Parts: sequence; structure tokens; C-alpha cells
Amino acid sequence: MSKKTLFDKVWDAHVVSSIENGPQILYIDRHLIHEVTSPQAFNELENRGIPIFRPEQIVATADHNTPTLNQDQPIKDALSRKQLEQLSENCKKNNITLYELGHKYNGIVHVMAPELGITQPGITMVCGDSHTSTHGAFGAIAFGIGTSQVAQVFASQCLLLKKPKSLRVTVNGKLKKGVLPKDVILYIISKLGTNSGTGYFCEYAGDVVENMSMEGRMTVCNMSIEMGARGGMIAPDETTFEYIKGRKFAPQGEAFEKKVAYWKTLPSDEGAVFDKEYTFDAADIEPMVTYGTNPGMGIKITESIPVEDNASFQKSLKYMDFKAGESLIDKPINYVFIGSCTNSRIEDFRVAAEYIKGKQKADNVTAWLVPGSKQVEAQIIEEGLKAIFDEAGFELRQPGCSACLAMNDDKIPQGEYCVSTSNRNFEGRQGQGSRTILASPLVAAATAVEGKIIDITKHLN
Amino acid sequence: MEKFTTLRSNAIPLNIENVDTDQIIPARFLKATDKKGFGDNVFRDWRFHKDGSVNSDFVLNDATYSGSILVAGDNFGCGSSREHAAWAIVGYGFKVVVSSFFADIFKGNALNNGLLPVQVSESFLSDLFSEIASNPQTEIEVNLEDQVISVVGKSIAETFEIDAYKKTCLINGYDDIDYLINNKELIEAFEAQRTY
Ligand code: SF4
Repeated sequence: MSKKTLFDKVWDAHVVSSIENGPQILYIDRHLIHEVTSPQAFNELENRGIPIFRPEQIVATADHNTPTLNQDQPIKDALSRKQLEQLSENCKKNNITLYELGHKYNGIVHVMAPELGITQPGITMVCGDSHTSTHGAFGAIAFGIGTSQVAQVFASQCLLLKKPKSLRVTVNGKLKKGVLPKDVILYIISKLGTNSGTGYFCEYAGDVVENMSMEGRMTVCNMSIEMGARGGMIAPDETTFEYIKGRKFAPQGEAFEKKVAYWKTLPSDEGAVFDKEYTFDAADIEPMVTYGTNPGMGIKITESIPVEDNASFQKSLKYMDFKAGESLIDKPINYVFIGSCTNSRIEDFRVAAEYIKGKQKADNVTAWLVPGSKQVEAQIIEEGLKAIFDEAGFELRQPGCSACLAMNDDKIPQGEYCVSTSNRNFEGRQGQGSRTILASPLVAAATAVEGKIIDITKHLN
Repeated sequence: MEKFTTLRSNAIPLNIENVDTDQIIPARFLKATDKKGFGDNVFRDWRFHKDGSVNSDFVLNDATYSGSILVAGDNFGCGSSREHAAWAIVGYGFKVVVSSFFADIFKGNALNNGLLPVQVSESFLSDLFSEIASNPQTEIEVNLEDQVISVVGKSIAETFEIDAYKKTCLINGYDDIDYLINNKELIEAFEAQRTY
């Protein structure tokens, strides 16, 4: 028998049929939806008189467009309110489970679904959001889709797709102190560029990934899209099974054991061939920051901005108001955002709290901490982290996408820098004219305390 | 969906690489619940200054250029999955986007909205940019049936790839939903035998 990759195994098990010289019909097990990319799909079906095929396989949450303050009160912005009302109405009409604003399971779609055990190895999962790649951390095929495709899944629980090629990124060795999963993925993207993964599904492997928690693996898979890949995947193992066990939608008892037996067959076969492979050494990875307007423009915090002679590069530096060849250390920073589906899980807040404990936020800094879900929020309080944040002058807000895309009121003002744990540093991503520097929760926390970017490696040793 | 066969038009050059979906349609315009009106806000923050005044440096505001073909730099449409980006480009009046590379999701979204992404070689792209720069009235022809893009009246042409299934859809104006619904029996049979 030919040797298969993890991706092959899951993909092949979901092919309903293949069109000659064309795409395949791929079956989708789980469909996650949110308020921004679903309304037009509901409309489309309604206009064409097509019913939702498998409403029980859909789960909805409100996250992109929600306020992070006073969630118990009516939303002020009329358009946002309308979008959320429409989601509630659509879900109700079609018998779709919705964890709406304020519900104890509400949260960013890529944080709440794994937390509830909806995300499982070996399944196919889609959402009208590019960071659906996050769920690949469990060994699922998970990827973002456009609204037309949301309508297709509504109508048929399937998509027409061409099988992507396979890519494996292996990171071996032991990570240095203060180097977090976020640094690993920012490092990989800085080395490979923002379109190296286009047309590929990426598997992450090696001891660094094996030794990572599920939270860390989700951070890594989350940013697969930032190198152009449709999705990322990590082989399920004991860490995965342990995480899923006992969660709300996880199989229970004997059913769970049976699933685990199946999940154990999923990892890539020894000797399986990938279309492309890259290997990195953990010893070369250091805390990272970005200096430009795409996530590939990243450097080690101790390095200087490179010197490049091309128009796009220069446009980018001009937007950021940085100079080629300069270091970012000691750059004053007035905004810090710890949140987004990349880094808003409990582990991220633990890292931040551990560093912040006993210190004070710098006076010039506005520091927003936005948990990824109601459950994370509850855990932050329960574990006493909120007290640490409060004492240090950080502002803990209510869950949502928040300043990651600044659709709500959480906007970074024109011209200001924000050290952010989110995933995109595009022009204006965090508000018109805002300048984003992507980093790990540790670097973000240190920046908030110092009021400027510091060489965190020195502080740790 | 509108049918697409051949298009002849002038082109607007957007010689910038890595144009991401946040630039094509900024997030604050994603609050709408229908597909209409996005064209008004395409490239909003490049077309207008923050105070609302027109940025006359931006190519869409330059009356020298017009047409329903957008010629853009490498890696066009990277970033989010928002189909609003395709709606905005279509809404503004474009029917074709030419680039040397497209982000996956954007490409799929474009095709699902009758917007043809034409991927050309880097050298062809730079030829196009210089032709348009030297003569803004340059006409470009995109022939989907033959899969050829050419500069009208010059011997500058290149073939482009497109998935055979998608090509049929565009030429006939149907979409994936029609196809999938017609295969419901197969899908139900698949569900019944699923073992994983
Ligand atoms: S947190 Fe940011 S990247 Fe993640 S789903 Fe929300 S908007 Fe998208």
C-alpha cells in the first residue's frame, strides 16, 4: 500500500466523488459560522428556495463585530446590531445552534469550538474565516471559505475542491527560554514568505511541535494562512486526546476509546512523500517582531530591519515610519493588544500574567487584554490572573475579535504603533492608519510594562 | 451568475505587490448583510484620505486610466477569506483581474462571482505594465474559451490556466450549488457508509 500523509488520510476519507479533470466533492463534517460572512449565504439559499441540508452539523457564534465592553447591554452601533440580530434570526429559523453574545460558550469561533470539543482529529471542518486553519492543530482538515462556499455547505454539506499539494515544515530541537509558539510561526513565515504555502496544506512536525501544548499548536496552525497555505495540520497524539477528553461535544466512554483508536491511525506514514519540505532548527529561533505590513516581514527582536531595494518594501516601511537597517529596540509604543484567535487562550494569559506579576504597566501605554471566549474569561478570573492584571493597570475586556480587525470600537488610532498578539499587520488592519507590530504574548506584556520594545531575551537571563 | 466568454477592454494598472483583502475592502465595511454597495468602498483607504478627500495619487482616481480589467502586482488578494473583496471589485465594475499570483481563497471567491482571475508570468505582467504606462488606451483582450490574454494590435500574448470545471461554469453562468444539489443522492449515500 502506498504511504499516506496525515492530510491524505483525512482528505481521502471525505471524498464523495471526483469530477473527471475537475474538482472533487469533499464532505464537510463540521461547519462553523459567524455574523459577518454568513448573512449573504443565508439570503442566497432563501432566494433560491433551497433548505439547509444538515443544520445539526453547524455551530454559530458571534465574535467579529461584537463589543468587548458592556456585552449585557444593547449594541450601540446600528449596523453591528442588525448583523447580530440577523444571525440570531437565521439560526433560529434554520434550527442551528448559536452561542450568542453573552452565552457562556460564546467566543471567537476558533477558540470556542476546540474548547467545546467540537474540533476533533480526522474530521473536515470549514468556516467563512481564513483562520479556520487553527483547528488543524487537532489533526483535522480545517480551512477558511468564502461566502459562496458557505452557501454551498449550507445546501449540500459538501464543497467542490481540488486536492491541495502537501508541504511539511519540521522544527527540531529545543526552544530557548522565552521563545513561544507565536515566535516559531512568525519565524517560519519570515523565512518562507507570505505565498510559499499557496496551493498547499501544511503539516507541522518535529520535536518542537510534539512538545507543544494544544494551545501552542493552535497558535502555529492559526497562522498557516499567513504563508498562503489553505491550512495547517499536526498529527494527533496523547496531548490531543487528553485535551479533548471530557469536553462537551467530545465522544464519551467507550465511544471515545473507539475514536482514539481511529485517531491513532492518522499520523503520516513513515516515508510518506510531501511535495515540499522545510526543516528548521529550534536553536535559531528567538522572540520575533514584525516591522512591515505583511506577516512575512518579521525579524528576531535583536535584529535590525533589513535593507531591500523594492517599491513594495519601501512603501511598507514608509507606512510604518521605520527605516531600513534600524533596530526596533527602545521604540516607544502606546498600545498593546493581547487577544485574537492566535493568542487569546488561557495559556497566553498565564504567560502574560507571570511576566506582569508585581510590575506596573507604563503610563503611556493603553493595554487591552481580550480573552478568546467566555470560558477563557472565566478561567482568567478563577485562576486569579485578573487580579494581577488589574493591579498592574491592564484592562481585561470581554471576549471577541476586538482590535484584531477593529470592526467594533476597539481601534488603534491613526499613526500609533500597537504591539499585538494577533496575526495580521496589514495597513489599517487595527484601525485606519494604525501600525501593527506582531509579537508573542510575552513580548506584548513586556512592551506594556516598559512602554517600549525591549530585548526580552536579556530580561529573562 | 453572468456568463463570461471574451472581454476586450482598457486596463487599470495597480502596480503594488501583496495587495491584501483589508486594502481591497477594509473591515469596517463588512457590516452589511447583503452583497450590494461594496463597489463604492473598494480600496477605500487608498482612494480617499482619512478626512474624506480624494487621494489623487491613487490610480483609480486617475482619469487617464479606465476599463474593466485590473492589472495588479504579485500575490493579489492575500489575507482574509472575506468574499466582500470579490464583491467590491465586481461592484466597482471589474470583470478580470490579472496578476502573476493570486491567493487561494481570493481566487476561488472571484470565480464564484464571475470575476476572472488571470494568472500570467512575471515577464508578461511587467510587459503589460509597461504597455499600459506608455499608452493608457492600450486594449487588452481576454479570451476564456481559448485561455489567451493578449494586447490588442501587438504580438504580446500568453495563455493562462483555468480549471476545466470552473471554465465551464463561467462560460455557462452556473455555479457550484447547482452542481452539488444535483448530486444529493451521492452525498446521502456517502453519509450512510461513513466509517471514520
Ligand atoms: S480574531 Fe482576528 S483573525 Fe481571528 S477570527 Fe477574529 S478577526 Fe479573524
